[in-house]
Amino acid sequence: MANDRIVLPPVNAQKTNMTCHFCIVGCGYHVYKWPENQEGGKAPHQNALGLDFRKQLPPFSTIVSTTQQAVVTDKHGRRSNILIVPDKECVVNQGGGSVRGLHMASYMQKESRLKHPRIHTGDQWLETDWNQALAIYAGVTKKVLDGKGSREIGFVTFDHGGAGGGFENTWGSGKLMFTALQAPMTRIHNRQSYNSECHATREMGIMELNNSYEDAEVADCIMAIGTNPYETQTNYFLMHWLPNVQGTTIDKKKEWFKDEEVGEGRVIFVDPRKTASIAICEATAPDRVLHLDIEPGTDVALFNGLFTYVVDQGWIDRDFIARRTKGFDEAVKANRMSLEECSKITGVSVAKLKQAAEWAYKPKAGGKLKRTMHGYEKGIIWGNDNYAIQSSLLDLVIATHNVGGRRGTGCVRMGGHQEGYARPPHPTGEKIYLDQEIIAGKGQTLTFWGVSTFQTTCNAENFREAVLRRANIVKEAMQKARGGTTAQVVDAIYDAIANKGGLFVTTINLYPHVMEDAAHLQLPAVHPGEMNLTSMNGERRLRLSERFMDPPGSAKPDCLIAADIANTLKALYEKEGNAKMAARFKGFDWKTEEDAFNDGFRLQGAADVGGEIHSQGGDTGHLATYALLKAAGNNGVQLPIKEVKNGKLIGTEVLYTDKFGTDDGLAHFKPSPWKGFFKPVEGQRAKYRFWVNSGRINEAWQSMYHDYYDAGMRERWPMAPVEMNPDDARELGIASGDIVELFNDYGATYAMAYVTPEAKRNQVFMQFGHFNGIQGDVTTEAVDRNVVPDYKHTWANIRKVTSGTYKATVSFKSRQYKA
Amino acid sequence: MSETQKQPPSPSRREFFKMGGGLAAGAGVTVAGLAPAAAEAAVDTSATLPYKTKTVARVKTMKVNQPVAFNYPDAASPCQAVKMGTPVPGGVGPDNDIVAYSILCTHQGCPTVYDANDRCFKCPCHYSIFDAEKGGQMVCGQAPAKLPQIVLEYDAKTDMIAAVAVTGLIYGRQANVL
Repeated sequence: MANDRIVLPPVNAQKTNMTCHFCIVGCGYHVYKWPENQEGGKAPHQNALGLDFRKQLPPFSTIVSTTQQAVVTDKHGRRSNILIVPDKECVVNQGGGSVRGLHMASYMQKESRLKHPRIHTGDQWLETDWNQALAIYAGVTKKVLDGKGSREIGFVTFDHGGAGGGFENTWGSGKLMFTALQAPMTRIHNRQSYNSECHATREMGIMELNNSYEDAEVADCIMAIGTNPYETQTNYFLMHWLPNVQGTTIDKKKEWFKDEEVGEGRVIFVDPRKTASIAICEATAPDRVLHLDIEPGTDVALFNGLFTYVVDQGWIDRDFIARRTKGFDEAVKANRMSLEECSKITGVSVAKLKQAAEWAYKPKAGGKLKRTMHGYEKGIIWGNDNYAIQSSLLDLVIATHNVGGRRGTGCVRMGGHQEGYARPPHPTGEKIYLDQEIIAGKGQTLTFWGVSTFQTTCNAENFREAVLRRANIVKEAMQKARGGTTAQVVDAIYDAIANKGGLFVTTINLYPHVMEDAAHLQLPAVHPGEMNLTSMNGERRLRLSERFMDPPGSAKPDCLIAADIANTLKALYEKEGNAKMAARFKGFDWKTEEDAFNDGFRLQGAADVGGEIHSQGGDTGHLATYALLKAAGNNGVQLPIKEVKNGKLIGTEVLYTDKFGTDDGLAHFKPSPWKGFFKPVEGQRAKYRFWVNSGRINEAWQSMYHDYYDAGMRERWPMAPVEMNPDDARELGIASGDIVELFNDYGATYAMAYVTPEAKRNQVFMQFGHFNGIQGDVTTEAVDRNVVPDYKHTWANIRKVTSGTYKATVSFKSRQYKA
Repeated sequence: MSETQKQPPSPSRREFFKMGGGLAAGAGVTVAGLAPAAAEAAVDTSATLPYKTKTVARVKTMKVNQPVAFNYPDAASPCQAVKMGTPVPGGVGPDNDIVAYSILCTHQGCPTVYDANDRCFKCPCHYSIFDAEKGGQMVCGQAPAKLPQIVLEYDAKTDMIAAVAVTGLIYGRQANVL
């Protein structure tokens, strides 16, 4: 396709709704689809966009780039054009598009997709069909269940919305894993156990997505902690944060808060690194931005110092504390830290700490409380003790009444991917550290479901080595079983895993990707557009992305793959007359993804799973139907749903206006003193020079599984970049574009040096999750009390490997905007 | 010659020990027909429309790192040409260092501004940054595509640079030629 023109949709093109399935923000888009041999005209009445392409369109008219267009082929060979365009009516993005969302069309129907199941026969991959693939998967699984039992069955799985997720697929996979197989050795895609990213805040009564994006528009101050929203929540930042900092939301503030002093918003960033978001805010309104560049991992000290200071100043809501909270005095006592001590630990001056406290918490004229929104993300979630940091942060937030229904407040996880959780409870509630179990030789089967764990786990090199070594025992057995029947192959696999230390590995995914190196079986899944899929965003906004095209080959939705596995196992048990085991696999007679949605999110399958469903839709999820969601379009409804009125779903804007999410309805303070680093982290810190921070890059954020196959993305980011200070680079003889090696006691990896003046000395920042250069290879096994990993803190040394060839094709200019 | 060609990277100490430990011999071996393509297609830079040739500037009059404004392929499409001083991708002229771009951001059409300090075009609307020395590659930002690059030709006899085509779609158009 030429890159200097697009094909316009004719006026009669099919138009469906699509929520961008990459980041949590979930921008609304429209998908236009029409026959390949038709083209809309340039006059406004001749194309479906209604725009006049006979002349140059002014800025902000629409976004139609070549990346938003593709030709797709259906099962019958009919070819159609598609064009995916941001929805101006969507309240989330208001016509804006992110670099990722504007690539959605390019990612449809990539030639590299898995089209049919594949089986590894010992030394090569061969395609097969679902019958054989299911016979092997269910056959091996049954032998394990009948042998040592369900504790030997492992899963590394998605738990979210968007691609490889949605309420349909989390439910289908969850019902299979938790109530059918009853497999406790399960971990989530980005952490090493089956746990939450937010145990502390939930125990304190505060679920982490508790306000609306509109609250960021009217806050007096936004405290952004360990988050870089320009790159990871783009249109939330551009459409809802920046206007506040720029002062264009003052009229809304005046309208909402009539008897209150209002002005331009301020923003305080807590981050050791200067990010693109900070640079943009500084370029926009330098006087209204504060950067608390703390020493790595000292967040607990920061929040305890600020908490102590605001309590001593009386900048807290004593009436609210008395009426709606408990445990305040104990927390004040346990967390007590002077600003001087706080400054010593965090490296932030007392003056700056005081300024932050004044901006965020000092009451306004007439003693009115500030409205400060706190948004946090992986800087503390993957931080130095997730549980402790969240406790300290929430103590400060609760005391200042910045959560609990006041508009312009909230304490929220900024979020990664779209959300879409509906599953039965974990079978035992244990928090098993799956990676360590596998490294220790435990477990007999492992299914990687919509994940690329080799490039995203911590202590990754050691995990990879264990999985590959154990998987190879099975590969050798499969090679020897060539020529045998499917039943004989199952027997050979089982012998290898039950008697020889092998591990039977299955991947369920869109692409072969890196996990195929370990796998014996690959099952092809689908993503939004190829199935109907519901998900919710960071303000709990539920939308339906409509199916508009066929999946490739015989690929199918994860929920229907789960159903196939369950139904195959059910038939195997019925065949041998084991009614008790067969009964565990009932309730999967789904024909479509809508059946799975009704079963889980709409609670119709509750009886199958013992009555309890953990769903982000809550008790009123049953009110949402596909038909109502389709009518609600890209604005959807904010969960929980209150009612259906005149055929419209009515939702909830902010949580905890009356009660918090505890048994007594009170917010619970949590004592959380500063304790330093985890032991494995401290070990590397003492030995190695560079703090190896890690994080995301805008262009490849929640989309790396596609980017692996995308020529444009590989041109810009062919290898994980590592940002380095120029003086450090000079000392080590390193220049931008060089291939360098990071190494410590845990492993070693390559990265592409990106020398930039914004990087501090002895601190580097490496892209997380890249397929070419894996930061997890140098992270430790350190986790908090709930097995939440500390990806963000490790230390390593760096050496130049070679000059490489990237200098010719990759830009190494500063990624920080300066006016 | 690059150092890569002179001296291929040797395995690190750790990797060397691990090879000795015997990693799965069969692991990772794939049949060619099913092997994942590294990246599916090369980035398309073809320009197919009936572009006209338009003179942009005399090279002698261009100063290094100072953009020259012009319109191409028509009056509604603002562009800038810059002489970089060292050879760059797509560069023409006696020093292979002159490039030109449509300055409309490929995201939402705001005119970008050339920053001579780091030789990038920067968008004041949503902060996308494009590297003039790397074919308009986005350094950071929200734009779905590079800054469209104007294909230039140099006539040594007249010392003139001329625009002859555009690679990449100019913002706000169905096709670069209206």
